[in-house]
Amino acid sequence: MPYLPYTEQEKQRIFREIGVSSLDDLIQSIPSSLRHPQILMSHGLSEIEVQRQVLKLGSRNTATTDFLSFLGAGSYEHFIPSAVQEMVARQEFTTAYTPYQPEASQGTLQVIFEYQSLMAELTGLAASNASHYDGATSLAEAALVALRQTDRTKILVARSLHPHYCDVIRTYLAQSSYQVEEFGFLAHGGLDLESLQKKLTPDVAGVILQTPNFFGGVEDLNGVSDRVHANGSLLIVSGHPLSFALYRSPGEWGADIAAGEGQPLGMPLGFGGPYLGYFVASQSLLRRIPGRIAGLTEDADGKRAFCLTLQAREQHIRRERAGSNICSNQALCALAACVYMTFLGKQGMREVAELNVDRAHYLRERVAKIKGFKVDLERPIFNEFVIHCSRPVAEICKKMMAARIFPGVRLGDYYPEFKDCLLVCATETKTGEDLDRFLEVLSQC
Amino acid sequence: MEVKMNFPENLRYTKTHEWISLTGHKARVGVTEYAQKEISDVVFVELAKKGHPVEQGKAASVVESVKAAFDIYAPVSGTITDANGALEANPGLVNQDPYNDGWLFELEVSDPLSVDALMTSAQYAAFVQSGSAH
Repeated sequence: MPYLPYTEQEKQRIFREIGVSSLDDLIQSIPSSLRHPQILMSHGLSEIEVQRQVLKLGSRNTATTDFLSFLGAGSYEHFIPSAVQEMVARQEFTTAYTPYQPEASQGTLQVIFEYQSLMAELTGLAASNASHYDGATSLAEAALVALRQTDRTKILVARSLHPHYCDVIRTYLAQSSYQVEEFGFLAHGGLDLESLQKKLTPDVAGVILQTPNFFGGVEDLNGVSDRVHANGSLLIVSGHPLSFALYRSPGEWGADIAAGEGQPLGMPLGFGGPYLGYFVASQSLLRRIPGRIAGLTEDADGKRAFCLTLQAREQHIRRERAGSNICSNQALCALAACVYMTFLGKQGMREVAELNVDRAHYLRERVAKIKGFKVDLERPIFNEFVIHCSRPVAEICKKMMAARIFPGVRLGDYYPEFKDCLLVCATETKTGEDLDRFLEVLSQC
Repeated sequence: MEVKMNFPENLRYTKTHEWISLTGHKARVGVTEYAQKEISDVVFVELAKKGHPVEQGKAASVVESVKAAFDIYAPVSGTITDANGALEANPGLVNQDPYNDGWLFELEVSDPLSVDALMTSAQYAAFVQSGSAH
């Protein structure tokens, strides 16, 4: 991408035109502490000196490869077969964008088409888009689809949905006349269906919930879609995609849209990105699906060909009236997901999911036996669960980290009612030895 | 514009290429022959919503071809009373028979006189001929 310089004069003209006085004035919605971070680096250093300094600085980070990590809460450490990186590194695929001259990029379109087919099968729904930025934006777009489809004004969001996703949905709708309202969960973290029923008023366009929920619990959604649909609202279900290989998928629960984070399908933690938003909808919402869709067709000679399809409502045609103004996708991440799922296959994904369930259950059962810690052994889980600590969680984290273990995410930062609780995740990457090490250190806390 | 198109004389027309046929307070709306040719093969119609109030000049329905999606505007203000359900299974009716089987929606008109202010067949034909239709 070329660097486009401008003069001070041009800058002033731009400011005048858009009605701001300065750059600071323009970016004032960014907290001032983040606007001009101090960079502690001497002037006039040579390249090699800068490199050394930056590497030294970087070595102060602790990666999940340095410690034993039990962190989850939306970003999951899974084993990524080398085949995934091998394919992603091929230069023919190195772009995050869907092609602007699509017919000339048959390979890219085929990858997207295959990704869509795999996601549709995994989520149990009819049609997937080419992917979104991440789980949060994908869910926000799902909220917009529900509002447009029903011509209503309110979105109901489960409090057990990832709190960051809820924040992004609120940001998307902040400048509109639409409302976002939350419904609660019970003491064990599972959905409060009475709270949902009470808030299911005629102005509700869509209900967004997550299973496994943010606390790791797998929800029983029997009857939920019937209730939501009886109210004329859409059901939007999010969740860890690998769990759909084992537990019931959003489609099997009667959801109209499955939207969420696809990072667990072959993407590294990467300090929070780039990730992958999956968005899959029922047949009746086909024309409302935001973003791009690759289709399978035939060329003039009757040969198999791939194309971009159902573009009539995209922003390059409909401008401000487009279904969505995000038209870029995460093609490279979608490729990673496509290779990951293809490489594992149906049986392999189920086996990985089972390993997650095994690890998490093993850990949960043994934590229950340690004095000073409580867990709920009744709730079905996938790879995460909550530990209630009888002592301040900060102390426990400090001791665990001194033993080179990331023990989990402190839930009290997000939910005051879960003060001194840890959200712990154990995926297939943890060996029996790793789990026992966690238990050993925890029992000394 | 050399080709002779059919713009029935009993209808009124808008600059956005809808036709409207008024009976008492009730009116039926569709797109003109000129519009259906411009839109090309219709593959999907998002029907107007029954019971919804619509304002003159505001989108009431969407007609989609393989190339683009077009808003269809209410020629006058009123309330939608019906939409042509046959278009769900057969959207091509908009192309084949724009003035009869390809109608889009019906509405209860707030002010029947507002229809008189729209273009007559002759005025609309002149409007299309003049080339200012785009």
